[in-house]
Amino acid sequence: MSKNLLEVKNLEKYFEVSGGLFSRNKSTVKAVDGISFDIPFGSSLGLVGQSGCGKTTTARALSLLDPKTGGNINFYNDETSNMQSIDELEGEELKKFRRNIQMIFQDPYESLNPRWNIKDIILEPLNIHNIGNLKDREEAVYEILKTVGLTPPENYMPRYPHELSGGQRQRVSIARTLIMKPKFVVCDEPTSMLDVSIRISIMDLMLNLAKDLEVSYLYITHDLAVARYMCDRIAVMFNGKIVEIAETEELLSNPIHPYTKRLISSIPIPDPSYKRERYELDFSELDNIIANNSDELPMAEVKSGHFVATHDVKGLL
Amino acid sequence: MNILEVKDLNMSYKTIDGNVDAVKDVSFTVKQGESFGLVGESGCGKTSVAMSLLQLQADNGKITSGEIIFDGQNIVNLSEAELREVRWSGISIVFQGAMNSWNPVVKIGEQIREAMREHYPNKTKDENTKKILELFEIVGLEDSIIDRYPHELSGGMKQRAVIALALSCDPKLIIADEPTTALDVVIQDQILNEIRKVQDVLGLSLIYISHDIAVIAEMTDNMAVMYAGRIVERGPTKEIFANPKHSYTKSLLESTPSVVGDKVKLQSLDGEPPSLISKEKGCTFAPRCPYKDISCNPELDMQLKEVGPNHYVDACNAEKV
Amino acid sequence: MKNEKDIAKSIRREALKKNWRLFRRSKLGMIGIYIVIFFFLLSILQPILFLTGVWNKGIYDPVVGYSEQFQEFLVVECPTEYPTEKYKNRSDCPGRTEVNVRTLYYSDAEVGDYIIQNLQPAPPSRQHILGTDSLGRDVFSQIMEGSQVAFILGLLSATLGVGISTILGTIAAFFGGKIDAYLMRQSDLILMLPTLPLLFIISAFAELQVWHLAVVLGTIGGLGGSVITIKSQALQVKVKPFVDSARITGGSQMNILFSHVLPNVAPLALLFMVFSVTGAIASESVLSFLGLLNIDMSWGLMIYLAQVEGFIFSGMKFWWLILPAGLSVTFLTGGFYLVGRGLDEVFNPRLRDR
Repeated sequence: MSKNLLEVKNLEKYFEVSGGLFSRNKSTVKAVDGISFDIPFGSSLGLVGQSGCGKTTTARALSLLDPKTGGNINFYNDETSNMQSIDELEGEELKKFRRNIQMIFQDPYESLNPRWNIKDIILEPLNIHNIGNLKDREEAVYEILKTVGLTPPENYMPRYPHELSGGQRQRVSIARTLIMKPKFVVCDEPTSMLDVSIRISIMDLMLNLAKDLEVSYLYITHDLAVARYMCDRIAVMFNGKIVEIAETEELLSNPIHPYTKRLISSIPIPDPSYKRERYELDFSELDNIIANNSDELPMAEVKSGHFVATHDVKGLL
Repeated sequence: MNILEVKDLNMSYKTIDGNVDAVKDVSFTVKQGESFGLVGESGCGKTSVAMSLLQLQADNGKITSGEIIFDGQNIVNLSEAELREVRWSGISIVFQGAMNSWNPVVKIGEQIREAMREHYPNKTKDENTKKILELFEIVGLEDSIIDRYPHELSGGMKQRAVIALALSCDPKLIIADEPTTALDVVIQDQILNEIRKVQDVLGLSLIYISHDIAVIAEMTDNMAVMYAGRIVERGPTKEIFANPKHSYTKSLLESTPSVVGDKVKLQSLDGEPPSLISKEKGCTFAPRCPYKDISCNPELDMQLKEVGPNHYVDACNAEKV
Repeated sequence: MKNEKDIAKSIRREALKKNWRLFRRSKLGMIGIYIVIFFFLLSILQPILFLTGVWNKGIYDPVVGYSEQFQEFLVVECPTEYPTEKYKNRSDCPGRTEVNVRTLYYSDAEVGDYIIQNLQPAPPSRQHILGTDSLGRDVFSQIMEGSQVAFILGLLSATLGVGISTILGTIAAFFGGKIDAYLMRQSDLILMLPTLPLLFIISAFAELQVWHLAVVLGTIGGLGGSVITIKSQALQVKVKPFVDSARITGGSQMNILFSHVLPNVAPLALLFMVFSVTGAIASESVLSFLGLLNIDMSWGLMIYLAQVEGFIFSGMKFWWLILPAGLSVTFLTGGFYLVGRGLDEVFNPRLRDR
């Protein structure tokens, strides 16, 4: 299906910061400053950027944790077969809608309630949305534990989070997230706090589940190599704006925007004989370009599906 | 000329749950001017090794056996006063998260001078300041930083200042324990560059500790892979990457995604790293080894065998892998 | 799925064992627990002794019992000038087993006779381990009664106080804004008030019984400083990812408050509870000592009676009227405090030395 699951247009999230104890000035921090992207059904988008670029803020806005300041988020509505803005949702409808979007967090140690056992943690979504009867729910928990590789499930259900390792806890988070069969999952660096040897198994699990359950991911990370492994398309964020967005292999082999080039060229390569060429970039210049453009920076399409934020396409190519 | 020789080092911590053998029979050498990498995951003991070298481990940790020969002298049994002379002016260390350990109410320059005063009590304040400015130039910091407070600096700047602090007493060997973990990849690249430059300019030896094998690949001449407190493979970096012999090393290499080259399907490892409290003899990697077969004998005590020029592997059958 | 219940039980047992081991490591905590257990046993000992008939209620009841203590006394006449060959100074006459003829108004006894008199308060003897007070009541029984009072009062007021402060603190953290501002100002106000003088004033207006005292202490404690501490703990919990996770799943505010935030604040609240028991017991003693409490028997009351009847100033002559009660208050409050210290090490892993 080439229909869009999610359409984001000009998403904005501003924070007001007061200027100090006695100052009346309030300055605005534009954490997310007008970003747009689409996520088709069955595809995954990677959101890559350094800390402070606005990717976590975007994640929280998309999962409806924090209200956005501006822009549109449109989600595909099953019943009307049409895109529907989430602004129109409230109350019971909003609660029902939440079944479609879930989030997996970065910290496996803080994303599970330490006083609940594993069974209750995974049961919670089913309880909140009153799905099936108690027996059905317990069976669902049992099955999903098997799916995420925590077998035998009886051993895990009565345990508490502190008895599990980081990797096992992330599997529990994944189980809890996917038990509702959401259509869209926001993943906020779920493997960055895990040991290297465990990461791949978690990522593979997520990829397999994405295929089986037809889930789309927005995968947030600062690590381009991980984004490459997990996503079909990658968007690069800098200072609250998307500077480049393209299909993964295209982006890596043919980066256009100077920031993207700098980013890619900074990544260490696990091969001692590889000679890495660093792309030099004057960051203050880049800051100026981006900050001074309070208007929307147009996204120019340089190739099919490959967009770059720039006023001057010819200059970059 | 070997600046550091570690022979059969053993260190354990006493805890309420039992003795944790954090470092088991670790041996390696670092030549003068070379860069040595120590790679492994969390809990493998690499930070414990670093701490033991300077005897900075926690109070309940003790070196139970082995030798650490720095610049020809065994420093294991030195008194605290003698150790203080070795620290910082012989071996210095950039800790994990060091950029957050600056005293927030004292200026950066003053904190570095404090360290220098310990080792060079006869130098004047001006001499020290001059030295600091020279170091700042090498690590890429502006002169004005010397009078700034830590909160005025960015993460990258703080880390560079930490490196300057580590260099302030002219050490011969620097240990860098995950110096760039919390930093963005662009800044990490800059810092790594600075470290390399410092090494060239000052002729320093470096021990680089990380869980990121890509960084180890770029930064080191020789390396060792650690698992559960032991070294499982050791040798020249290029050799190990081209010819990994131990199954754990192979798994590490196979589970690291890369942005260049073809997109390959990666291999993951089952299970979790073992608890260091277990007093198991023999191969502690056996439960997770993907190359296990009937002839594999996990009871066999681990021993390093040479499999290539200077390339040692600790495996029950090195030929197999 | 059958094994699940067994596994759950064994996990709980293991967790308890581990916590117990941690608690045992704290010497202070263990001393505290022994003390508390000792007094607890005392308080249940008394009804057992009565029920099993070992003790006769008529004699041993701490409030209305009466035990006759007869002793033979030699009638003497105390001289007007001292020292004499028999007595060194005035306080030596009459001696322990003597009685001054001038104090015998209703008797025909003459100097040199032996008379039998009721001796209250009586020193410790075989029937009364700690002796009797001036009304012939067994002191040991009184100590046990006081122990009951201390436990009931202490636990009641602590539970009430902790219940109130936990709920208020969590609400303040959760809802913020005006509710938070109000609750914080209220806490500040209560913190400013000196508790004991406040209790004096209250007792002047209304007759305070133990239950009333428990409620008052619990309420004041609950509205005071502990609200602030619990609120800060709740704030820390509120921003944890698992709370975000519950929100994204669709949980309501109330749901999250009660099932996620409260359980994580509870350990801290439990710690407070133990510490506030000490305050409750101490307050009761002070109030009883000043005679402001309408209570039949308590440790504070024992000391009050001793003081009012002038026995405190006779030094150690009537030690069994003062020492047992005073030491009981000290030890029990100390015991609870030490238990709190021990619990602190269990709940606060950072305090442990690895």
